[in-house]
Formats: sequence, C-alpha cells, structure tokens
Amino acid sequence: MSGFLSETFLAALFFGAVTAAIPLLLAGLGEQMSEKAGVLNIGIEGMMISGAYLGFVGAYYSESLWLGFLTGAVGGIAVAALMALLCVRIGLNQIVIGIALTLGLDGLTAILHHFQFSRSYPRLPAAEATVIPFLSDIPVLGPALFRHHLIVYLAVAMVVVMIWVYRRTQLGLSLQAAGDKPAALDVAGIDVIRTRTMAVLFTGGMAGLGGAYLANVGAGLFIPFITNGAGFLGIVLAMLARGRPAWVLIGALIFGVCLSMTTAAQVAGINIPTDLIQMLPFLAVMAMLVLFGRRASLPAALGIPYERGAR
Amino acid sequence: MSDKTVSSAESAVATPPGQPGRDIGRRLLITLGPVVVSLVLAGGVLLAVGVDPLAYYGLVVERGLLSPLGLQQTLTRMAPLLFIAAGLIVAFRAGMWNLGGDGQFLLGAVSAAASAPLLVQALPAWLAMLAAFLIATAVAMLWSLVPALLRAYQGVNEIITTLMMSFLGVSLANVLVKLVFLDPATTVPQTRTLPVADRLPRLFETTITSGLVYGLVAIIVVHLVMTRTAFGLKLRTVGANSRAAVHAGLNVPLLTVAVFAISAGLVGMGGAIDIIGIQGNVRADWNPAYGLAVIPVVFLARMNGLAAIGFVFLLSVLSIGGESAARRLGVPQHFTLVLISTVLITLAIAEYLDNRMNQARRA
Repeated sequence: MSGFLSETFLAALFFGAVTAAIPLLLAGLGEQMSEKAGVLNIGIEGMMISGAYLGFVGAYYSESLWLGFLTGAVGGIAVAALMALLCVRIGLNQIVIGIALTLGLDGLTAILHHFQFSRSYPRLPAAEATVIPFLSDIPVLGPALFRHHLIVYLAVAMVVVMIWVYRRTQLGLSLQAAGDKPAALDVAGIDVIRTRTMAVLFTGGMAGLGGAYLANVGAGLFIPFITNGAGFLGIVLAMLARGRPAWVLIGALIFGVCLSMTTAAQVAGINIPTDLIQMLPFLAVMAMLVLFGRRASLPAALGIPYERGAR
Repeated sequence: MSDKTVSSAESAVATPPGQPGRDIGRRLLITLGPVVVSLVLAGGVLLAVGVDPLAYYGLVVERGLLSPLGLQQTLTRMAPLLFIAAGLIVAFRAGMWNLGGDGQFLLGAVSAAASAPLLVQALPAWLAMLAAFLIATAVAMLWSLVPALLRAYQGVNEIITTLMMSFLGVSLANVLVKLVFLDPATTVPQTRTLPVADRLPRLFETTITSGLVYGLVAIIVVHLVMTRTAFGLKLRTVGANSRAAVHAGLNVPLLTVAVFAISAGLVGMGGAIDIIGIQGNVRADWNPAYGLAVIPVVFLARMNGLAAIGFVFLLSVLSIGGESAARRLGVPQHFTLVLISTVLITLAIAEYLDNRMNQARRA
C-alpha cells in the first residue's frame, strides 16, 4: 500500500478525475438548463452517445479534434431536436421518450460503428494539452489541473457563463419561469414552448460535447455503450445542484475522483477488481441521495408538458 | 391473440362509447400500427448499413416462430420475461418508475445460481429449487428497499435511484460471481452449475421449461390483483393521483414500499426462473438486459397483464429469431435496441394522435 499516497499516484488520480469530470460537468450543466425550463431530460444519455459517436467520426476523418467537438455537439443537438419535437411541441411523456432515445441511440451507434470499423477500434492521437505557465509547476496539483486540452478550461468557464445567464439576464428569468410557472411566462408574452425548446437544444449541445470529449480525449476511441451511465450521472448532478452551476462543477469533480480510481489504482499497482471500483461513482450517488435526498428538489412544473390555455 | 388482448385492454383505458366494431378496429390500429411502422423504420437502418431487411425479418420469423426448435426456445425465453413484465406492471400502474429491472434480475439470478447447486445436495430437487426461488425473490426485494424508502419518506425521484441501483446491482452481481460464488472446479469465471436433471421439469416431450407455466400464473395473478382487488385499486389510486390517495386515507409511504418490494420481487423471480429452468449457472459479465427490453412491451400492452402475454411472446420471437438472424447476417445484436426504441416512440405518437382524434370527435 506504500504506493497509495505517492506523488505519481495522486497526480494520476487528480488528472484522471478532471478528465472524467468534464463530460459529467457538460452533461450536468446542460441537464440543469432543461430541468430549470421544466423538461426532465432522461434522453441525455442518448444525446451523449450520439455526440460521442459523431464526435469520434468527425475527429477521425477530419483529423481535427475541434471539428470532432463540433460534430459531437451537432450529434447531441440532433437528438435533442427530436426530443424537443416529441416532448415539448407535441407533449409526449418525457420519461418514455427519454428512455426510448437512450436505448435507440445506444443500439444505433453500436451498429453504425460495427459496420464502419468492423471489429477494429481505431484510436485518435493523444489530445494536445494546453499547459498553463507557472500554475502547472505546482507539485501534484499543477500537472493534474493545468495540463489539459483547451476545451477543459472552456468547460469550466461555462460554469461562470451559466451563473451569469441565470442571475443577470432576461433569458435566465424566462428559463426559471418556464420551469416553475409556465402560465405566468405565457401571460408575460414570452413563448413557453420556444423557451423550453431552446433549453432542450442547449442540453443536447452540451451533452453531445460531453460525449465527444469522453470519446476523443478521455478514451481516444469510440466503443459501443461508451457513455455507460454518464448521462444519468449528469441528471443526478443537476438534481442535487438545484439550479446552481457551481455545485454541478463540485459534484462532477467528486464523481470524477471516483471514476478515475480505477486507472489510478492500476498505476499504483493496487489490485482491486475493476467491477468493485466501477461501483464507486454509483455508490457515491446513492450516498449523496440518502444524505441530501430531501433537498434535491425539482422545479414545480418539471415533467409536465405545457399546453397553452389548458388551465 | 390480438382480438382478445385488445378488448381486455379496453377495460383499462376509459374510451368514449361508440360502435364496438369500430372501437376494436381503432385499438387494433393504434396497437399494431406502431409495431409495423417501427419494423419499417428499423428496416431502414438495416438498409442503410447494407443488410436486406426482408431477409433479416424473414429469418427472425423462420427461426423464432416457424421452426419447431425455435418455437420451443421462444416459449422457453418467455418465462423470465413474463415475470419481469408482471413486476413492471405493478410498479407502473402504481405510478412508480422501477427502471432498476436489470440489477434486480441479475441479483435474483446470482442468488439462485449460488444457492440452488448447494441446496440440491441436501434437499430434494423440488424443495431446493423452491428455496433458491424464494432466496432470489427476497434478495431482489431487499435491493429495492433503498429506492423505495427514499421515494416514500424523502420524496427522492425513483427514476434516478432505481437506475443507479441497477448499475450497482449489475456490478455487484459480477463481483459476486467472480469473487464469492466462483465454481472452483472450472477455469471460466462462473457459479456452480445446477445439474440438468435437477432443473425445472420440461413440459411434455419438448424442451420448453415449466417456468413458462409459472410465468403465466404470475402475470395472470398480477393482472387479477391489479384489476379485481381492493389492494389493486389502492395501488392504482396512488398511481393516478398520490395526493388524492393521501386524502382518501391511504398510507401512501407504506404502499410505495410495498409496490417496490412486489415489483422487484417479481423481477428477481424472473432471474431465478431463468437460472433454475434454463441457464443452470451465471457466467461472469452475463447481462441479458431483459429489464429494459420489457419496458416497451408493458407500454404496448397498456399495462394490461393479459395483453402483455401476447407482446411478451412477440418480444420472445424477436429476441430468439433476432439472435439467430444476427449471427447469419452479421448484424450486431444491438439491432433489437433500435427496434425497441422505435416501437416506444411510434407507440407514444399513435396514442397522441388517437387522443387528438377523440377530442376532435367530441368537440
């Protein structure tokens, strides 16, 4: 057990934690906006896997990671558009459609990948890290936090942007109202359906980006079912954060540490079965829900389709 | 099958009075329409990857339904699926989203696989199987306790908790197989194998397991309890409007816990039946994901137990035939997921259109 607290182990653990946290952060921030606007977006896992697949394919053929992120986001938005059409415009059951989209895209991406690459799993070259001067020289934390791909810093910056949007802008107010009192928003002359549609599309973009990061930077390749519950972790993060973007970041980092335990333990030569370590993030979720469950409240009109003049 | 299932689905959903003939026709249309549309849409996916959809579906029907061996396999596969469908119907009718079926199923399966081969050495086979069955049920019930209590007393959304518990349950089942219940006699990580002679008896001269009969009994009992008893009425009241149920004097938290226990227990029984009737052991990393596959079935049947039997048969044909067709044509098994997903979406759209037409007719 001497390897447990060594510098290499901790650096690997924290570096892995940030890498694992970024997809959750992006998905969680996206889901948060959907939930604020009153849409329980269970399909986020489907949006992530779609982003992961298209992001990988985009990066693989264009040989540009940034184009990969773009195609990934587009992949997420495409699924979100379907969800918005079915659940926001038509008002179908958000849970049923969410499950359907997740199952369907898990299957579809697996099939497409199979026919495209057969049984080979081509890898992308390792992502180029943007090293932040001075800060990256801090022992242990420096290399763990400040030697990542540029998109990592952008994702963290999104937290600040989201705080600003929710607190300071008209849009933030509209989103809040769309989730809590959609009828009031309607009376104020703002289109509830449009507000919610925008929120769902934003969720799709963020989830798609998260999926693309997971495949292109986190793993460097696409494997069927690669998201493996990351989208659901995003939903939990959004639920526990109750509309606060900063909490999503903190939660994502906690889950990130749990997720990176697997690789970090292997680096340190600690022999624990991977199945046991894979349980960690989900155990963490259950522990958090048991401890803070009562406070994980959701907007009043969450999950209820809005129909103009229905009440 | 369709006429009977459709007319019994009628009682579950209030429909405005009309000509009975037209009503049945409409029900038939909005039930089978989505299935047909999904076959076409999913066929498009096959076409896109260069597989002839007609050849694929042809093989599915031939291998899953028309060949004697395939049909027996199909009927055998129904046994665990019927239990899972029964479990989901209890939860969904009570308005609770038990999405943790896969974890409950696997833990039930592993408990049965761990206990049956040992028990059979000390007890008569039938008693050993019964004991293993009950152990599996109890384990699955216990596993649902955390989401149940969180939902009942803390108001935590059960969609998330059951899903999380499902991820945990699948991993835990694997850990148990690899570390605790490992068969020391084999090199492959798997549990001890229940001898074929000690498994559930076969029906008549076929390879169909008698688990099919138990599955049918389970789902029919669930159907009758949900539609004909006071307890079923209570659960449906909670499902329709839990606030009204509180005002009606129902102990909603207690009923919530009961619903989760019954639902998970039935899913766990499915796992046990699969082991003591069909598989005989659990291999490491085995996860048939029946829990998710049965969800659309329950919706197609409009949460009606009798109708669900027909759709479980359909799913069974698809999955047995699909396995065989996938091998022959080189399509990954995951194609079934695409089919399931399109069924769910087209079904939801069909229901929506049907409601709209009803409203338009009334106005």
